[in-house]
Amino acid sequence: MVRTLTYGALIFLSALFVAPFVWTLLTAVKSEAELVTWPPVFWPEDWRWENFAESWAKQPFGTYLWNSTTVVVLSTIGQVFSSSLVAFGFARFRFRGRDPLFVLLLATMMIPWDVKMIPLYMEFNLLGWINTLKPLIVPAWFGEAFFIFLLRQYIMTIPMEIDEAARMDGANAWQLYWRIHLPLMVPGLVLVGTFHFMNAWNDYLGPLIFLNDQTKYTLPLGLGLFQGRHDVDNIAIAAITAILCLPPLVLFFFVQRYIMDNALGSSVKG
Amino acid sequence: MTDARRISSRRLPGLAPWLFISPWILGFFLFTLGPMIFSLIMSLHDWPVVGERKFIWFDNYTTMLTQDPRFWESLGITAKFALVFVPLNIALSFLLAVLLNVKVRGTSLFRTAFYLPSIISGVALVMIWKWIYSKDYGLLNYGLSLLGVDGPNWLGDPNWSILAIIIASLWGLGGTMLILLAGLQSIPKELYEAARVSGVPAWAQTVYITIPMLSPMLLFTFITSLISAFQQLTIALLLTKGGPTNSTYFFAMYIYDNAFKFHDMGYAAAMSWVMFLIILTLSVLVLKYSAAWVHYEGEAKGGGNG
Repeated sequence: MVRTLTYGALIFLSALFVAPFVWTLLTAVKSEAELVTWPPVFWPEDWRWENFAESWAKQPFGTYLWNSTTVVVLSTIGQVFSSSLVAFGFARFRFRGRDPLFVLLLATMMIPWDVKMIPLYMEFNLLGWINTLKPLIVPAWFGEAFFIFLLRQYIMTIPMEIDEAARMDGANAWQLYWRIHLPLMVPGLVLVGTFHFMNAWNDYLGPLIFLNDQTKYTLPLGLGLFQGRHDVDNIAIAAITAILCLPPLVLFFFVQRYIMDNALGSSVKG
Repeated sequence: MTDARRISSRRLPGLAPWLFISPWILGFFLFTLGPMIFSLIMSLHDWPVVGERKFIWFDNYTTMLTQDPRFWESLGITAKFALVFVPLNIALSFLLAVLLNVKVRGTSLFRTAFYLPSIISGVALVMIWKWIYSKDYGLLNYGLSLLGVDGPNWLGDPNWSILAIIIASLWGLGGTMLILLAGLQSIPKELYEAARVSGVPAWAQTVYITIPMLSPMLLFTFITSLISAFQQLTIALLLTKGGPTNSTYFFAMYIYDNAFKFHDMGYAAAMSWVMFLIILTLSVLVLKYSAAWVHYEGEAKGGGNG
């Protein structure tokens, strides 16, 4: 009885959560006429796959894709590298002021982006970085509190004996990080890389503030541009939205195990 | 053995750790502390993007508190949003987590379904919902019409627009749900066994076991939801542009407009500091009063701490 009810609720609720995706995908392959009928057409008469190519051609989406890719790839590499370095520093050394510094690091997570947005704009303006991709890439090379925290947790689960053995063999601190700990925290790095990838890929406000020129736009900005027009092109919006959703979804399916393990792993032992 | 290690670590007295954490230290000064101090200075100035800057003490702050009705309106809208969104976000995440915690087949599939929307944020999320909310062709109003309800003009009616934003935001509750699910799975099964043996009904198990054991996670998600509710900007910016008739003109949007539309950087900076102080105060208050209801595992529970 409880089981049936649970199933019923799970099926109903998950359908609610997935429906918007399905609806967007179906909208993307409909014809203009099918879009504006009531009651809505669920299953398109003929699937117009050419909608994707046609929508892609309506703006320089190739350029946007290149910009998005540049930002995402370069900032993800920086984020993974710098956050793991800092996490290692906090996890494996004793030094004066370490604990207060770590508390400070955690506290920075509470600072709203709005507070930093305006002075950062001025700062990047001063550096001549406005309308370049640098403001979206460079800060990622200095680590992010949440990711540092996450990786530090990872390193802390690794027994100290491994470090001691490596030290015995003459490894210095850098080798200890690069040869021993980095390979050991690969699951954590995948997680950080994925979360950062998704944030960077979906980011709208950052590009909106720091980029002016259409040739510098990222994909989300290009998609947003459809909105401002007088005749709202719903098929193009749906098609580009579907394309924009694709990389995070594909990535998610590959790394799903890591995300769930990280969140739920600590409880498996029971 | 230990001697050798001590000697080698003595040779480099504490430089190595600083080298490792140096990226964050540098980043903290360049992209956090520096900008924040700068922003505080800006907030004391009349600071147009181009033209003369003038030091005006606390004028920006007194202006917004005493002469700017829009400041209070936008703050009210953000407060209204937070007041509905935060409890709903936690309650719904809790409900889903409890359902997923029942041992049935295919849980991982359902878990994925609930988590999926949270990896889509920003523009894509807005575009998906915009079409669903469409008054004439939207999926939502079609669904409501099947139930015999005449759906409202979600994005065009000031009475419904904020609810539309709340629903779209709730769609991304996957992260919160996952934290609560992890919390649920870490509650020892023996507690429920013992309760069942003693004949404690299911609802009482929820109230006296599940919620207290989950309270640290509930507190954490409460604070993070609160912070994100106050920063709510992207969805409103794209879904409703603050309208209709300013019914979704959030506080963060007013800051954004002041900075990048009206080019009044000083005023915008001052407003952003007000937002920071509000978030800080609320978080500290929640943390302070949480001691009464948050239960930490392993904490010695001395009686009579009331």
